[in-house]
Amino acid sequence: MTATELGLPTIGGLVGVPTADEPQKAKDYKSDQEVRWCPGCGDYVVLNAVQSFLPTLGLKRENIVFVSGIGCSSRFPYYMNTYGMHSIHGRAPAIATGLAVARPDLSVWVVTGDGDALSIGGNHLIHTLRRNVNLKILLFNNRIYGLTKGQYSPTSEEGKVTKSTPLGSLDHPFNPVSLALGAEATFVGRAVDSDRAGLTEVLRQAAEHRGSALVEIYQNCPIFNDGAFDVLKDSDEAARRIINVVDGQPITFGNGEYSVVRDGFGLAVAKSADVAPEDVVVHDASDLNLSFALSRLSTQDLQHTVTGVFRNVARTTYDDAARAQVEQAKAAKPADLRALLHGKDTWTVTG
Amino acid sequence: MTTDVGNGAAPGGSPEQTAPGETTPGRSGTVRKLDRVVIRFAGDSGDGMQLTGDRFTSEAAAFGNDLATQPNFPAEIRAPQGTLPGVSSFQLHFADYDILTPGDRPDVLVAMNPAALKANIDDLPKGGILIVNTDEFTKRNLVKVGYAADPLEDNSLTETYQVHKVAMATLTIGALENTGLGKKDAERAKNMFALGLLSWMYHRPTEGTERFLREKFAKKPDIAEANVLAFRAGWNYGETTESFAVTYEVAPAKLNQGTYRQITGNTALAYGLIAAGQQSGLPVVLGTYPITPASDILHELSKHKNFGITTLQAEDEIAGIGAALGASYGGALGVTSTSGPGVALKSETIGLAVMTELPLIVVDVQRGGPSTGLPTKTEQADLLQAMFGRNGESPVAIVAPQSPADCFDAALEAARIALAYRTPVLLLSDGAIANGSEPWLIPEVSELPDLGVEFATEPNSPDGDAFWPYLRDPETLARPWAVPGTAGLQHRIGGLEKADGTGNISYDPANHDYMVRLRQRKIDGIRVPDVEVDDPSGQARVLVVGWGSSYGPIGAAARRVRKLGMPVAHAHLRHLNPFPKNLGEVLARYDKVVVPEMNLGQLALLLRAKYLVDAISYTKVQGLPFKAEELQDVLADVIKGVSE
Repeated sequence: MTATELGLPTIGGLVGVPTADEPQKAKDYKSDQEVRWCPGCGDYVVLNAVQSFLPTLGLKRENIVFVSGIGCSSRFPYYMNTYGMHSIHGRAPAIATGLAVARPDLSVWVVTGDGDALSIGGNHLIHTLRRNVNLKILLFNNRIYGLTKGQYSPTSEEGKVTKSTPLGSLDHPFNPVSLALGAEATFVGRAVDSDRAGLTEVLRQAAEHRGSALVEIYQNCPIFNDGAFDVLKDSDEAARRIINVVDGQPITFGNGEYSVVRDGFGLAVAKSADVAPEDVVVHDASDLNLSFALSRLSTQDLQHTVTGVFRNVARTTYDDAARAQVEQAKAAKPADLRALLHGKDTWTVTG
Repeated sequence: MTTDVGNGAAPGGSPEQTAPGETTPGRSGTVRKLDRVVIRFAGDSGDGMQLTGDRFTSEAAAFGNDLATQPNFPAEIRAPQGTLPGVSSFQLHFADYDILTPGDRPDVLVAMNPAALKANIDDLPKGGILIVNTDEFTKRNLVKVGYAADPLEDNSLTETYQVHKVAMATLTIGALENTGLGKKDAERAKNMFALGLLSWMYHRPTEGTERFLREKFAKKPDIAEANVLAFRAGWNYGETTESFAVTYEVAPAKLNQGTYRQITGNTALAYGLIAAGQQSGLPVVLGTYPITPASDILHELSKHKNFGITTLQAEDEIAGIGAALGASYGGALGVTSTSGPGVALKSETIGLAVMTELPLIVVDVQRGGPSTGLPTKTEQADLLQAMFGRNGESPVAIVAPQSPADCFDAALEAARIALAYRTPVLLLSDGAIANGSEPWLIPEVSELPDLGVEFATEPNSPDGDAFWPYLRDPETLARPWAVPGTAGLQHRIGGLEKADGTGNISYDPANHDYMVRLRQRKIDGIRVPDVEVDDPSGQARVLVVGWGSSYGPIGAAARRVRKLGMPVAHAHLRHLNPFPKNLGEVLARYDKVVVPEMNLGQLALLLRAKYLVDAISYTKVQGLPFKAEELQDVLADVIKGVSE
């Protein structure tokens, strides 16, 4: 059986979403609800970044929806003066899929955490990514369960001692970027909560992307996993560890001191001084293999962490295709309920 | 081969069964007029028995008989060939008056192999007609099902039944000799031979089947022609061999005026959902995951996207209902379809829909449980799951169809409640009516209910400035449905407890107590029609109460006991939550209340709890519908007890 060619053009992620008449400010996106995260929580930083970033999109606020699951980060929608649903554990991508399919005029964002997205909701996440539903998924990764008070999560390091693993965790963690790329997500990015500029840039590209965009955000939990990303926040350490990639640019870091080079089927870090300039890998966000190799450079111990946009390719979105199929069916055949109910074989009984 | 022993096709003497008919000379041999016949086609699951039964059904429908059908097939797609677990059957009841069930027992059994014979012969009453495909009665096949000797060779069958031994495969292969088809392909058409023979025996029209075969195999004209030839060969076999001394006529039924079609429950349910979309003006979004016996609802809806239907086959049951709820949040009519195990997985999302108070239809085509249970067999044991199967006080509306065609109206009713009251509605169909079929008096589109909804467009707070998502309609207690994209009404909803009115998160003890009671009151206050009581004599002291697919057997049993001079009243519940307002008063009117159910007494439990009625619970969970005969005995016993 051959599928119908739907002839969908490649368009921006926000095409179809009405734009605002007036310029907006960050405060326009703050709801009247008191923010109830713990003092010092990384979620505040992300909330502020998103509230400052959204006005730059110039969309009508009523056409933006935040859907979340369960966990600390999932309280996010309450603090946004947009439409929002704080749903149930792990299911936000499924609910947002239904919403996105039903409504082409909305910009739909999913806010989730490492437990919500990768543990209880892992199935929905990978299927949403493979379908390429036009959703922006912000995955707050603090490598711990916060709301249930400190159990290890699917991104916690092996051996981690937590309330539920007094002798150390036995689980091997997910690398969320590798997982998303394995599901052939069309957009995958990563940022650190404290890097406002880097985060905003990834969010901007995610919003522009038509399709599923997974943005992993390293986020500090000051109560149950404080300092998990401290090495990325110390400027000397960060210079040696953070590899920020930009599409089309040679991949160097540490003020040019280090470069990324090919190493067999993967990538490796080398001192730039030891590398010929033409051997420095140039980032290509359309190359899935390169994106995946980059994701493998990021190690659990944060010796290296790649940030920026790993992958950004155009592929027909599920929701666009679903709507196009309905429109094609409507154009091909009028909705004649009487004819449907009668079908092909009827008989009539007369008095 | 035995001949007609002359007691008609329907032995036995119960009131719904046929008296020996008037005999008239016919086109060849004797033609006997009957008022009703039950035929069961049984064979291996690869033998095409469902298709054969379907076609005979269409012929009966085209002829104007009333009819009811009951497919019965294994959960395995191709169980080992020739084995008892691999037997698939299709029972069809057609009559010249309005009938209520697919029939308790067949008058005619067509057995395509030893397994089909063994699995079904006990249901054939003494003197019934047995037509056997002898070609499959090989030593190997007999051993496979535990026959020590060939039952066709001794007198065990011929003493009890009117046995017709027909070498269907051989005859079919012979008929297709000149078509160029290989033996194997030719032999596959033997089900059409059987259909042709039965069509001849019962004076059925044939044009429809020939047209159907040519359309079905349009892309394989040689196969289409082979099937038509096999069908005609079966017909001609009856006409020419004189093995069959008697043929039978069942006149068209005197049904209410109007235009009819034959329809299965799952198709009618899908059409009801499409109609709900049209009548509400809302797009319908079905989020679902394949599961027996509900998948045909997905298959059907996915064919009708021109009605603004979106079907989303999700990664699992939970995602299916999640997508449906997300679509409802966006202003569509969200629907999910499943069976019992799927409802278990969807429970948490149903709870979210209760909390967020959004419209949602959850179709549960019930099957035998618990766990995977009996996937292809029927049961009505999900009532309490629908009623209580969630954490916390989580009331939902529950609606149940009572017959295949009734699924259409039940789906519209579920949509009405979901949209008007912003609540999930559990629509409890079951395997028997989902796959069963009957004639449907097609409604006029102009007479379908208006399901139009009004979305919120303006702030509604007491001071007029803000939007309060949990400020309710005073009559329905429904909250406003404010869809994203509506300027000025931005709000957040979710699973956490809401403050009354504003909908803000609230952990206030008194507010929670109030909201729990309010959600319950909203469901309790749903307006549903009073339950009607069928008691033609007005003298009944015993009431039989049922719900769902037991309508047919209970109704038929009630007719039977009335014919025996015992009055009985029958009330059948479409609404299981809330119950009709007059139900308590109806129950109190009778000395005894009998509640037959295909579970261990779930409705009886609810009736006892709510109305303090000492209901007599009659239960059976064999994966098959009740027989009218057994319910007749149950009712007669109770009635006799009351009159003593």
